[in-house]
Amino acid sequence: MIAARSLRASALRNVIAKRSISTTPAALSDKLFVHRDTSDNNGNVKFEFTSENMERAKEIMAKYPPQYKKGAIMPLLDLGQRQLGYTSLPVMNAVAKMVEVPPMRVYEVATFYTMYNRDPVGKYFLQLCTTTPCQLCGSTEILKTIEKDLGIKVGETTKDGKFTLVEVECAGACVNAPVLAVNDDYYEDLTPATTVKVLESLKQGKPIKAGPQTGRHTCEPKGGLTTLKGEPTGPGFMVRADL
Amino acid sequence: MSSTKIALLANARTTARSSAAARTAVRAFATAAPTPAAPPARTSFGNLSDEDRIFTNIYGFHDFKLNGALKRGDWYKTKEILLKGHDWILNEMKESGLRGRGGAGFPSGLKWSFMNKPLDGRPRYLVVNADEGEPGTCKDREIMRHDPHKLVEGCLVAGRAMKANAAYIYIRGEFYNEASNLQVAINEAYKAGLIGKNACGSGYDFDIYIHRGAGAYICGEETALIESIEGKAGKPRLKPPFPADVGLFGCPTTVANVETVAVAPTILRRGGKWFAGFGRPRNAGTKLFCISGHVNNPCTVEEEMSIPLRELIEKHCGGVRGGWDNLLGIIPGGSSVPVLPRQICDDVLMDFDALRDVQSGLGTAAVIVMDKSTDIVQAISRLSAFYRHESCGQCTPCREGTTWLANMMTRFEHGQARPREIDMIEELSREIEGHTICALGDAAAWPVQGLIRHFRPELEARMAEFNKQQQQAATA
Repeated sequence: MIAARSLRASALRNVIAKRSISTTPAALSDKLFVHRDTSDNNGNVKFEFTSENMERAKEIMAKYPPQYKKGAIMPLLDLGQRQLGYTSLPVMNAVAKMVEVPPMRVYEVATFYTMYNRDPVGKYFLQLCTTTPCQLCGSTEILKTIEKDLGIKVGETTKDGKFTLVEVECAGACVNAPVLAVNDDYYEDLTPATTVKVLESLKQGKPIKAGPQTGRHTCEPKGGLTTLKGEPTGPGFMVRADL
Repeated sequence: MSSTKIALLANARTTARSSAAARTAVRAFATAAPTPAAPPARTSFGNLSDEDRIFTNIYGFHDFKLNGALKRGDWYKTKEILLKGHDWILNEMKESGLRGRGGAGFPSGLKWSFMNKPLDGRPRYLVVNADEGEPGTCKDREIMRHDPHKLVEGCLVAGRAMKANAAYIYIRGEFYNEASNLQVAINEAYKAGLIGKNACGSGYDFDIYIHRGAGAYICGEETALIESIEGKAGKPRLKPPFPADVGLFGCPTTVANVETVAVAPTILRRGGKWFAGFGRPRNAGTKLFCISGHVNNPCTVEEEMSIPLRELIEKHCGGVRGGWDNLLGIIPGGSSVPVLPRQICDDVLMDFDALRDVQSGLGTAAVIVMDKSTDIVQAISRLSAFYRHESCGQCTPCREGTTWLANMMTRFEHGQARPREIDMIEELSREIEGHTICALGDAAAWPVQGLIRHFRPELEARMAEFNKQQQQAATA
């Protein structure tokens, strides 16, 4: 009896959010904004763009007016992240030098946007959308499936450094919910079974084709087309006479 | 009281009554009888034919590249359109009645005409907002990956209307493959001489650049988007000055949604009258609807404006899971608009005015359907968590308020609250709404207000249940 009661009480306690009177505020963002030096991520480490990426960087900088070079901060940070694997402090410093702004201007950008990973991530960066439309279609189960299959929690990396799992806000593919973005590719219309299949293929280093995993082509109704059944109309169709 | 006094009083009362009667009579006499509103030309909407659809490759069954686009009629007589001049383009756009497709529904022709002032030596920019991040919305993605030439051509004609020198297309960072497809289209267009120097042989120079974002919902706000292209943190600017005066790089700028820009060439080719022929007055045109959530076949589909919500779902999505009677509620326009309960969904039309009249909004026409298995409180609570995550932190009411909303909503999920807290959270949401630089604060407040408006009994029941359980646990 007592055991049952304490069991029930503890179950209830799990549900109840803690409302203590004074607490130290937890980190309000997903990530710490403060930079902590590590052996390969500190101000003394050198970072240089490869010559190939240097060409790309020049192309990127040509898009912006010469007096607004700093417009290129975001694409250059992205380029640096793609080269190194994450946006380290040396990457930020290199970008600042390139666009001729104080480093702090770059740090501000790198901490504001969520797609700059300021810590190393696994080879496959799993970003699961859990916002309402995906949640309605079962993203919670997908999350559990991934956590169980890889043995990691949200925000963690597997021991072999292959997978990092994060929760993201709306991925913008809601009619294909639930959606899991692996690096740049979207795996859509997932079920727990197909999620495991995707993960297995990644583990073997042979990713299966991205896109809907149910055989759907893209965003058309899966029960058969309701519109656009024929060939599209050609040039000059319905064009006004006075043009 | 003497009898005379009573008589006097009664007399006074009758005078008052008769004078009131006289007043009404006079008013009725002086006021012209309101002319009965002309019966609407059309009363049923929907059932758009394939011939009237603008996005003919929305599902990607055909080639997205230049050859395929030419075959589908893109870039047809673009030169002639450009040569007609900006006044002609602006007039056609005004006549079409197109309202911005990014959520606010501002008349596009009018917005574009704000740029119609003498050149002052500064360059001018068109900025295309492809930072699609509103939960439920996924229409721009399909345009960019399957019909990118419509957008590129749209940039050119819209840019011509504003006498712009260049367009920047701001794509959210997660859409890497979509940005690649669009870049392919832009490169093809440059190569074919359709954009760049002397675009389409019209003598007009126009460049198009892509700028990729990096995961911030707030950059969908126009001034935050401008800040972001300038290489800063995406924090909205105070207005005025409006972007049409001081925008990107300090120059006159207009920010428009992908869909708004992409439909422009087809409107100009077929005429504003053609486009204005769809939908109810002031809600003209065709629109991409994204229907997600608990429907049998979630899909993106182009339909006529003012189509009844129920018809939209039953015709294109195979109906609500478990039948219409299994419907709990629908969010009709992306996460920022209030949820509608079933009885309103029965006959509401999908357009700006009809949805505004039921205290919701068309937004981006992202329909999120929830059947009776949904935990509605949890669904809205997740949206509050979304807004907490995406608040840029610039204005205190939003930064603190969204966090507060999310914390309270998390407790409401289990009913861990007193019923009076429902009014408190409502008041809190009113304190956020309208007290911030941009509309993110409003967007965070509305879903919660919608929940309280339509699902208050559900909240109260949960609280009663929770309190009962707690009492039992204490006394057991």
